[in-house]
Amino acid sequence: MTANTALRKVPARAPGAGGAPARTPRRRPASPTRRSGWTPWLYLLPALVLLGGLLVYPIYQLGLISFLEYTQAQVSGGEPTTFQGFGNYATLFGDSQFWQVLLATVVFATACVLATLIVGCALAVLLTRIRALPRLALMMAALGAWATPAITGSTVWVFLFDPDFGPVNKVLGLGDFSWTYGRYSAFALVLLEVLWCSFPFVMVTVYAGIRAIPSEVLEAASLDGASQWRIWRSVMAPMLRPILIVVTIQSVIWDFKVFTQIYVMTNGGGIAGQNLVLNVYAYQKAFASSQYSLGSAIGVVMLVILLAVTLVYLRLVRRQGEEL
Amino acid sequence: MTARALLRVRRPGRLAAEAAALVIAAAVAFPLYWMVLSAFKPAGEIQSTEARPWTLAPSLDSFRRVFEQQEFGRYFLNSLIVAGTVVIASALIAFLAATAVTRFRFKFRTTLLIMFLVAQMVPVEALTIPLFFLMRDFGQLNTLGSLILPHLAFSLPFAIWMLRGFVKAVPDALEEAAYIDGASRTRFLWQILFPLVFPGLVATSVFSFISTWNDFLFAKSFIISDTSQSTLPMALLVFFKPDENDWGGIMAASTVMTIPVLVFFVLVQRRLVSGLGGAVKD
Repeated sequence: MTANTALRKVPARAPGAGGAPARTPRRRPASPTRRSGWTPWLYLLPALVLLGGLLVYPIYQLGLISFLEYTQAQVSGGEPTTFQGFGNYATLFGDSQFWQVLLATVVFATACVLATLIVGCALAVLLTRIRALPRLALMMAALGAWATPAITGSTVWVFLFDPDFGPVNKVLGLGDFSWTYGRYSAFALVLLEVLWCSFPFVMVTVYAGIRAIPSEVLEAASLDGASQWRIWRSVMAPMLRPILIVVTIQSVIWDFKVFTQIYVMTNGGGIAGQNLVLNVYAYQKAFASSQYSLGSAIGVVMLVILLAVTLVYLRLVRRQGEEL
Repeated sequence: MTARALLRVRRPGRLAAEAAALVIAAAVAFPLYWMVLSAFKPAGEIQSTEARPWTLAPSLDSFRRVFEQQEFGRYFLNSLIVAGTVVIASALIAFLAATAVTRFRFKFRTTLLIMFLVAQMVPVEALTIPLFFLMRDFGQLNTLGSLILPHLAFSLPFAIWMLRGFVKAVPDALEEAAYIDGASRTRFLWQILFPLVFPGLVATSVFSFISTWNDFLFAKSFIISDTSQSTLPMALLVFFKPDENDWGGIMAASTVMTIPVLVFFVLVQRRLVSGLGGAVKD
């Protein structure tokens, strides 16, 4: 459907772009499809084989397992698998913990996305208003946070907030307050870590985008007496729309799928699973309690939600009339 | 001169902005500082309830524990092999695919592009379960291959998507000229296009390197019994003990694990920023 409309938008390329020997002087080749022949498919072959085997096939399998009864007995090879229809989904949707985890995931991911975007954009604007040296300092610090592996970042943050040996409680005078004990304080701690390691991507990308805006435009706005907030809202944000869409969608996808931080910082989902998010929940169901079909069903739910986000993204991109 | 300085736009405003930037930079860098500091602190100071932001007696004890007691060198090497293989293979495969979708017109081209975009959205973690069975059926559990193959596949869609901009930027005229001079398609691909796109390949490889190097889930799920095949994250988890965490060891191991990524990042920093701009704009 959408593919056809986009195809029409693609401008005809100059000869030679197809890779065929430039013998024909015609500007519009009669049939571009025939001209390139099998070569593009040859180039695509390794990528398609890998993606087919390790992405498409596992997705199919994930869907399949979610309709079967698949527990330790079947994994060990003893018992035959039985078809359950929507049985696993019925079990899942009938479980109040699932809804609780789903709600927690949505709220937590939304909070992470908003915090990341606000901090990232604010700092990107800040970067444009300062001289080279402080800019370099902030850039380097951000790159450091970005580069830190999720697992080491998580352990360091847990240590910083450790009730016995961490400096944060000392400075804030919280005594031996345990951040990971309460549900909300644990989520808040994980949110801080996620914010720390994901705002740099937004900041660097938006900063690169702002630099691409002609400086006359911004100068004119500031000469007209616009405040920094007004310049952002009325000049920068509209011009940065494509970039903002990309970073928003990327953030949604990343934050919705947070795994390592929750798993490491709350020790596998917190006390009595109070800090579970869908990803960790699926993992625990499958690998800790051997309920592979339930875990797969949760995976399918995540997949559906993220695909919906993707469709929204594609629509937004298309509305801007961008060529793929 | 003073008059000119006065005329300049809102000087105190900029100074305040710069001060804020420096404070934020310090706050952002603080966790990393604390990690390295704790790695060098002697055991007594780490377990002390007075968390001092400096140490007067730096010691290498924690690093020694990391390198000697565990098979850390082995884990480090495994991580390097996995990440290195993924980076190189994914760069080459993505380069070919990006060339196909940008420099050729063929049926299903747009459909393919959309598929690559959708593939980026797939929650990799959700696929751990079927991948586990796939690896088991192919006898790949407990091998480095079980880590290399999935990471390679999952890094491709984003790499292809990002490389498109770089491949597109090479002018068509150059390609025509090459063919007129009698170059074959293969020769154009590897001797002309490849060197021109190389900076883009570097920027792209940052992402595949990081996602592979940082992986924790696959390493935990697919390497279950043969610890000689474990990667760095597992070596780090060893220091977490139910009764009392060995914070010195954890921080030293974290430091060792973070350094290669930091080095990689600093090396490609410039290309990364321009590469991101390009990928986002296209």
